[in-house]
Amino acid sequence: MKKIIVGLALMSLLAACTTPKPKVDEPAAQIPDASASVNDTGAVTPTATDSTTLDLTEADTPVKFDPNDPLSDPNSILAKRSVYYAVDIYAVADADEPLVQAHAKYLSQHPERRLRLEGNSDEQGSNEYNLALGQRRADAVKKMLLLGGAKDNQVEAFSYGEEKPKAEERGESAWSQNRRTDFNYRK
Amino acid sequence: MLAWIRNVIGVLLIVQAASASAVLNIEIIGAGEHQIPVAVVPFGGDAKASQAINEVVVADLARTGLFRLIDVTDKTPHDVREVNFVDWQKHNVEALAVGTVTLEGKRVEVKFQLLDAVKQAVLDSQGVSSSEGKLRAVGHRVADLIYEKMTGNKGVFSTRIAYVNRQGKKFSLVVADSDGQNEQALLTQNAPIMSPAWSSDGSKIAYVSFAGAHAVVYIQSVYSNQRTVIADSRGSNSAPAWSPDGKQLAVVIGREGSSQIYLVTPEGKDMRRITTGGGIDTEPNFSPDGQSLLFTSDRGGTPQIYQMPVAGGTAKRITFGAGNNYSPRYSPDGKSFVFTHQAKGKFYIAKQDIQSGQMELITGGGWEKKPSFSPNGKVVMYASELGGRGILATVSSDGRVKQKMSTTNGDAREPIWGPRL
Repeated sequence: MKKIIVGLALMSLLAACTTPKPKVDEPAAQIPDASASVNDTGAVTPTATDSTTLDLTEADTPVKFDPNDPLSDPNSILAKRSVYYAVDIYAVADADEPLVQAHAKYLSQHPERRLRLEGNSDEQGSNEYNLALGQRRADAVKKMLLLGGAKDNQVEAFSYGEEKPKAEERGESAWSQNRRTDFNYRK
Repeated sequence: MLAWIRNVIGVLLIVQAASASAVLNIEIIGAGEHQIPVAVVPFGGDAKASQAINEVVVADLARTGLFRLIDVTDKTPHDVREVNFVDWQKHNVEALAVGTVTLEGKRVEVKFQLLDAVKQAVLDSQGVSSSEGKLRAVGHRVADLIYEKMTGNKGVFSTRIAYVNRQGKKFSLVVADSDGQNEQALLTQNAPIMSPAWSSDGSKIAYVSFAGAHAVVYIQSVYSNQRTVIADSRGSNSAPAWSPDGKQLAVVIGREGSSQIYLVTPEGKDMRRITTGGGIDTEPNFSPDGQSLLFTSDRGGTPQIYQMPVAGGTAKRITFGAGNNYSPRYSPDGKSFVFTHQAKGKFYIAKQDIQSGQMELITGGGWEKKPSFSPNGKVVMYASELGGRGILATVSSDGRVKQKMSTTNGDAREPIWGPRL
């Protein structure tokens, strides 16, 4: 009887080869970009928005700054643009406070400069919890920047949670790089 | 007999249903001990259509682990009057299905009977019809009817699932039949997609997209691809959950140091906050009666599951003990919930009875996350891994029968079972 079962499995395996291929490589819709296409479809526009008018879209390539700008100096403390965290911690580590203070001072002296803070997490926990944790990390940096003299309209805090890991491997050596807030300056 | 059944446990039954590029391959492990021996005789009439339908019915029933499919090729009755019950009893068949397939114009019609071989009686006599191109759907429907008659529970073979497929930087929101076939990408983009959630009528999916500057919650039609932004506040917008009546959603907005749960209409209107904590409250899920929410919160120091009235009020912690807990989802009867349990670096799928608070692990542990119940409450689908790739997996809600479903390309993640239509 065992043979019968295996035979059945093989039969469906063979029969499978004649089944037509589903068209999985042709998605019904390629929606290229967020907000624009939503308006195009005539769908309801967001009503829950209270975003500022800041354009803080994601940078694909690093922004180049004026050679005289302190952000262009590789020896400046401002050249360091990430802070790292222990597991499930969102507060800026004591050791990183001088770094955050230096960025706060820079922002207060350059009121035209915009900064995008991107919070990230490792892949432990659930991705929704990690999105919230990454947001908390970026929010905590922003709070410190505002206390140090930056203006609210200069800084926007975002989270990618575990969705955009810098290091893809499984384990603490990768995870410690992914528990991070990046300082992404914009023109 | 029992010895033989023990032998079967551990045998891998591989049902590779099609050879297309991104199709899910299904593996079944650990079938139950009390499998019912049944036979589905290929139906008479159009041979090609019959074979296609028979394949689906047999695979559906086999995947439950509840049935042992007996293949007897030398007998081909198509009606109860042609059945020699004594012959079937010799093969230890307890029940068999016989019937005919008719193709007429663009329609396909199946008439079949489910027979009790021991009592020599007709258990059920049914007809299923559809348009010609939907032979698989007909097969699923036939399997649903056989399953319901044999177990007393409604089948879920005709339902659909949704999941996110990731290939490098490319993310797709995919809907597919419950067996992983008939895949369709509703959205493909070079930015993460998270947390798909079906509306209770199965017509829409809410999800999180990072295509813009930050996480935004959308609702998209499964049929027309038209979509609507329902939460796009400053910060992160995420974790959509539908109320059972479809009139509102719970979403999470993270900003200024905390993540809070809000209610909002499917049009993105009347947003109002219902949690008041200062930390992380996320992953809301409505009870089937629409009165309560389960959610994940770190208010007690570690991520745990809490329950609160949708109308607002006090949240009470309902998971305790060592380890972290995430991603709660109610069972269809509202009496229990499944969630992700993290302990000593492993992730398990766990189930807890609401009334007694009794918790049990229903998987062996590994990288197992985001469980959701099938509409009949008998199966739990979750995200797992195989050979370093994200796969979909199911386990019967008693933890006995497990299946793995892997896509040929990319990582499958965040599966969510759609409603029965």
